[in-house]
Amino acid sequence: MSLRIVVCVKYVPDATGDRHFADDLTVDRDDVDGLLSELDEYAVEQALQIAEEADDAEVTVLTVGPEDAKDALRKALSMGADKAVHVEDDDLHGTDVMGTSLVLAKAIEKVGYDVVIAGMASTDGTMGVLPAILAERLGVPQVTLLSEVSIEDGVVKGRRDGDTASEQLEASLPAVVSVTDQSGEARYPSFKGIMAAKKKPVESLELDDLDIDADEVGLAGAWTAVDSAAERPARTAGTIVKDEGEGGKQLAEYLASQKFI
Amino acid sequence: MAEILVYVDHVDGAVRKPTLELLTLARRIGDPVAVALGNGAADTAAALAEHGAVKVLTADAPEFAEYLVVPKVDALQAAVAAVSPAAVLVPSSAEGKEIAARLAVRIGSGIITDAVDLEAGDEGPVATQSAFAASFTTKSRVSKGTPVITVKPNSAPVEAAPAAGAVEALAVSFGALATGTKVTARTPRESTGRPELTEAAIVVSGGRGVNGAENFAIIEALADSLGAAVGASRAAVDAGWYPHSNQVGQTGKSVSPQLYIASGISGAIQHRAGMQTSKTIVAINKDAEAPIFDLVDYGVVGDLFDVVPQLTEEVKSRKG
Repeated sequence: MSLRIVVCVKYVPDATGDRHFADDLTVDRDDVDGLLSELDEYAVEQALQIAEEADDAEVTVLTVGPEDAKDALRKALSMGADKAVHVEDDDLHGTDVMGTSLVLAKAIEKVGYDVVIAGMASTDGTMGVLPAILAERLGVPQVTLLSEVSIEDGVVKGRRDGDTASEQLEASLPAVVSVTDQSGEARYPSFKGIMAAKKKPVESLELDDLDIDADEVGLAGAWTAVDSAAERPARTAGTIVKDEGEGGKQLAEYLASQKFI
Repeated sequence: MAEILVYVDHVDGAVRKPTLELLTLARRIGDPVAVALGNGAADTAAALAEHGAVKVLTADAPEFAEYLVVPKVDALQAAVAAVSPAAVLVPSSAEGKEIAARLAVRIGSGIITDAVDLEAGDEGPVATQSAFAASFTTKSRVSKGTPVITVKPNSAPVEAAPAAGAVEALAVSFGALATGTKVTARTPRESTGRPELTEAAIVVSGGRGVNGAENFAIIEALADSLGAAVGASRAAVDAGWYPHSNQVGQTGKSVSPQLYIASGISGAIQHRAGMQTSKTIVAINKDAEAPIFDLVDYGVVGDLFDVVPQLTEEVKSRKG
């Protein structure tokens, strides 16, 4: 029996670009180059490693997003994933985490899975809660924020480094896993991988295919509302001194003037 | 007044500071009712009452420690059913956000994470958040169900506001999912004796310029002279010089202290995402062109190996 791995990935605006909000206060995806969220590369990497360890496995990458989100799927396919599923629908514009998780959960169930693997957070929304919500929606164990993960004999094990303790976790499949940027460097696509990715299947799904009504998603279907977005005022230029032997003392003087000492 | 549920983050009964900050915010929008779970839950009551909790709901069961997240969601859901609160506030720790998110799905409510401020509004609580590496500030609210909001540490002052804090046992029955993920071992993080990074009033961070694990001793010495927490940039963590638990930035901790001192950190966008909301920012860097200097209130262009030890000595002598 083949191990079915579904990796959830997100196409995000480049964090090093000039990111903005659009007029409707959704993330502006037109004016900034997009790419596969860096934190999702770790999820793809762990999926590929788990697949390599398994006797027989299939890695499907799944995304919800606009047409350009195919770029993120291509990147994951060129790293070595077997196939891709792209949920794309005009009604999805403005969908919040609750709607996105609904769409992903339905798509995951349609694709079929033994384990879902996600990154620790997206680099644009940065909520970090989607994997937990997916586990809740799918009704399977959540094994999240792992810095180390392995799957053997239908059991997923991993290490979760928390604020106050490091925990070893264990759950039976099917399960939802998320991995951190400590889980292991993601591989670069090889030239061969990039060429092979062009021939790998990308299935497109719309909301109708998943039995989801338009009013369950989108800006109007969101369970949260953004009322305003304002650019943080640029910090006023500070004092900059060159160290000529007294830099530490000058800094201490400043800290004292601000009552930190 | 409406009741506001506040999820208590504690270690064996010792309430962590972000929870006390939540009580300050909760009092702005209603009467705080605290929910404390697990070992030592009842011991939290005195601290919670002193900071405004009108009631403290407690539950203890082995499941809270033996299984991941879900038993706590079951309990918080039971508290929502018992209290019918106007909002649920949870500290923005990794676990807190997961608990809050699962609760929100279950009760059919929207969720806002990582709020940095909260105020009452005509259509329910209005949360302030930072977006895009803190280059934007947004105001949002939950438009469906009971607002579930997680709040970042250092978002509000801790205020004494004595209230009854009556302890009541919360009846919890665990669902089938509660025992899905077993915690087979737990190693508590070794205490450094320094303040928790996300809670600290002062953070001293080192980056690539520190150039070696052994050199972090000078960063630690400065931190200790100021009673500060120690942070590290991703470059320093990736190089293996300092633990990931101390990483400040997009993929590490996001901090918002009164004073942030960056030493040998260039200030890439990923780092700025984790510290840009600090009240006062100070940097020491050899490179006068480093982007970190665009953010600073005070910067020293110089070798951190000269400047930092001199600063440490000066702080020590001034503090006497």
